Amino acid sequence: MALIADYLVQGGQMLLILLLAPLLTGWVRALKARLLRRRGPSLLQPYRDLLKLLRKEVVLADSASWLFRVAPYLIFAAIWVAAALVPTFASGLPFSWTADLIAIVALLGTARFFLALAGLDVGTSFGGIGASREMMIASLAEPAMLMMVFTLSLLAGTTELSSVARFMLTANVGLRVSLALALMALMIVAIAENARIPVDNPATHLELTMVHEAMVLEYSGRHLALIELAASLKLLLYLSLLGCIFAPWGMATAGESLTAYLFGVASYLVKLALGGFLLALFETSIAKMRVFRVDQFLSAALMLGLLGALLLFVSRSL
Amino acid sequence: MNLTIMPLSILLGLSVALLTLGLYAITVLRRSGCSRQIYSISLVMCVILLGLALAHLLSTPAPVTLTLPLGLPWLGVHFRLDALSAFFLIVVNLGGAVASLFALGYGQHERAPERVLPFYPAFLAGMNLVLLADDAFTFLFAWEFMSLSSWALVMAHHREPANARAGYLYLVMACFGTLALLLAFGLLAGPNGGYDFATIRADALTPGLAALALILVLLGTGSKAGLVPLHVWLPLAHPAAPSHVSALMSGVMTKVALYGFIRIVFDLLGEPVAWWWGGLVLALGGITAVLGVLYALMQHDLKRLLAYHTVENIGIIFIGLGLALAFQGSQMYASAALALTAALFHVFNHSLFKSLLFLGTGAVLTATGERDMERLGGLIHPMPWTALAFLIGAAAISALPPLNGFVSEWLTFQAILLTPELPQWLLKFLAPTAGALLALSAALAAACFVKAFGITFLGRPRSPDAARAYETDRYSLTAMFILAALCLLAGILPGLVVDGLGPVVGLINGGAQLPAQHSQPWLSLAPVADVKASYNGLLVLLFMGFSAVLAAMLIHRFASGRIRRGPAWDCGFPDANPATQYTAGSFAQPIRRVFGSVVFQAREQVMMPPPGDGRAAHFEAKLRDPVWDYGYAPITQAVITISTRANHLQYLTIRRYLSLVFGALVLLLLGMVLWR
Repeated sequence: MALIADYLVQGGQMLLILLLAPLLTGWVRALKARLLRRRGPSLLQPYRDLLKLLRKEVVLADSASWLFRVAPYLIFAAIWVAAALVPTFASGLPFSWTADLIAIVALLGTARFFLALAGLDVGTSFGGIGASREMMIASLAEPAMLMMVFTLSLLAGTTELSSVARFMLTANVGLRVSLALALMALMIVAIAENARIPVDNPATHLELTMVHEAMVLEYSGRHLALIELAASLKLLLYLSLLGCIFAPWGMATAGESLTAYLFGVASYLVKLALGGFLLALFETSIAKMRVFRVDQFLSAALMLGLLGALLLFVSRSL
Repeated sequence: MNLTIMPLSILLGLSVALLTLGLYAITVLRRSGCSRQIYSISLVMCVILLGLALAHLLSTPAPVTLTLPLGLPWLGVHFRLDALSAFFLIVVNLGGAVASLFALGYGQHERAPERVLPFYPAFLAGMNLVLLADDAFTFLFAWEFMSLSSWALVMAHHREPANARAGYLYLVMACFGTLALLLAFGLLAGPNGGYDFATIRADALTPGLAALALILVLLGTGSKAGLVPLHVWLPLAHPAAPSHVSALMSGVMTKVALYGFIRIVFDLLGEPVAWWWGGLVLALGGITAVLGVLYALMQHDLKRLLAYHTVENIGIIFIGLGLALAFQGSQMYASAALALTAALFHVFNHSLFKSLLFLGTGAVLTATGERDMERLGGLIHPMPWTALAFLIGAAAISALPPLNGFVSEWLTFQAILLTPELPQWLLKFLAPTAGALLALSAALAAACFVKAFGITFLGRPRSPDAARAYETDRYSLTAMFILAALCLLAGILPGLVVDGLGPVVGLINGGAQLPAQHSQPWLSLAPVADVKASYNGLLVLLFMGFSAVLAAMLIHRFASGRIRRGPAWDCGFPDANPATQYTAGSFAQPIRRVFGSVVFQAREQVMMPPPGDGRAAHFEAKLRDPVWDYGYAPITQAVITISTRANHLQYLTIRRYLSLVFGALVLLLLGMVLWR
């Protein structure tokens, strides 16, 4: 019985993040509009957009191959699985050991690989520019992320996220320089990976500086809906990751009572709302960066991550 | 003859039979259909060799040895089959079998079969004999045989000037490597000349001599495997050979070189006596991995790109081996077992996906006659199956889950995470740096294979040849899909491979190996302990498949499944000219700017004529190869200068020659006196 309940909670988490992801995107958009003194769309607008796109027919370029049609499903599946493996409101769920943090990073890499290929598939210059820049950004963001994983793993003695979250809740963590460095690295990576200002602009089209939007320019209908949903899921994943590692308070442990779970969900929602608010605030207060400045921004993340790991190699108390 | 040495003698017999097959090939060269005959016999022999090696590894009996009264009279010829050689025999013969199957179709297109057929089985035989050799003489003989037969295969299309240069450079580097190994064996054998491996294993060297031997072995095997800075010949020679031979050279022969390194350093030298051994190998591996992939990103030639990627993967394997040496130096055998398992797993993986990618390139080459990516494109339409196989290989080599490349890199990362327990400070700093380099090379590899697959197979054809491409034959497709299936299987069932590697690791790691994985729940991989980390490729695949299929079914059932074809959108300005697409050069431009401006001193020059001027605009990207420019070019220059000077010696009078001889004699005698 307890086993079935555990599986139900796991399934519930998968569904929860799928349903929450567009809301988070809508929340960030609405906040950004408010901060710019616009009225902005309703919080539910992303759901309406997705439904509209799903019901429309797909206009497929003549030169598109089977890969172009398969890629959206693969990208969506990879990101959904990755997001479902990050503890959100409860740690230690039945499948939490399926993949550790390194594997989650690599799953995001799988999604990126297919998205970049889809960008190249139709054979237009916009798709190419997006794919090539995305891979340049990823070539720095992914190592930075892995360095952050190293730092965490040296502290917690594991790369498995549930155990990391539980370790962070224990009293002997305290304030550490290495964790601060890791947090900064993860935030920079999160901004870059989610195509946010100052690396990329999620609201722009027809601009030569765009990266993510350039890759998906040829997509329409249900394919576009899946890719948009995957992008929302990715944003949710990074905010959940920040919450689970650096603010695991309120998270339930598998097998606890229903009230603990409810408390976990409530605290998770608060964390997401706060994360979205901080993101919107940051995005409105900074200008977009030139593409060839992005590498310096991301190299800083890589160096911060490496420094954090090296500090721990020097002394476990730093 | 007793039963225990049966498998070894059959293995030997088959290796010799492969040699005879090479000789036989010479006699039937003129007959039609001889190519198919030779390749099918090679295929059968490789499959039998593979089966025997697999049976030996899985049954894990004691090592088997055999001495034949051949060769040097006081030494004889020693052979031995143990877990380590059995594992590498599997790698070699799996690669050999698949390459032979591919060649059943591909070999029909060969322009000069008489330059390939005799050497191909001989090359396979040479590699098998290296793995079975149990004394220095046999080892070096087989090693040279392997080098020379592969050199002959590199020179198969010798009329192309680039190939002649590649062959020459390969020959020079192969001779250098063998010289280093010869000296290393001289040190190992000691003053008594105990050249058989059993004697070498029993004798311990002084720390200084052992270190010298390690450096010589690194030079000898590193030059064959493609360790930076000894890699210069590899990206020239591997692409020059016919594609199935390129697959063997890159996927398999580099592994034989790694076998040489592991056999000598981990088995014959015994315990690492100094902690810096691991540090040296680790640093070389890290540099090799990043430089290799950066070189690869700058290439437009598909085969050369793959060859540079071999350099990268050799670096990753050396990172694992370096970690293992470091752990062994501090008597941490459990951690060393993890590092060794990671390295050997990557050896197996790389032999799978690199062979697959080279075979795919061979299919592209026969279909279009092109290796230059700037003239390819859109091949996914005429060659859907080749494209699918190549895509699986590309995803596997980019270390993407749930395929196999990810598992071995994950294991390497887990091994790096154990390094804080090492007592040496320098290693403590080196290990996370090597981790950063490994992460960087993995991310860059993904960029590189988006480029390789995207520019070659996606988009629109960039030349008439690419537009006329056709799907390759069934033999070649079968060969590629066998490898692709193995890439997937090793990725989702990594526990079985790790268990298979257990006895190999135990043999070279003082008996310590990873805990058995097959009893893990859900076939997970948990190399250290459950709390440390675990990974389950099978579940990741199932979850991904389930979510993708569920999404597709729901959308098609309840939303819309309609499709309308139309011209590309491209922000309203689609251009029918395929030259408006992104090219290999433009795809690599951001990375060239970010990394290349430091490493390769990349400079871009745009010549834009003023408005009204009818001349074409011109773009040029200049790269410098630091290893060649600062390493090899000065050496070449010095050799030329010295030999030009020495040339004068040829025009002396007899009187001067005699005084030269006299002077040399006096000098040598003086030297002798001083030495005493």
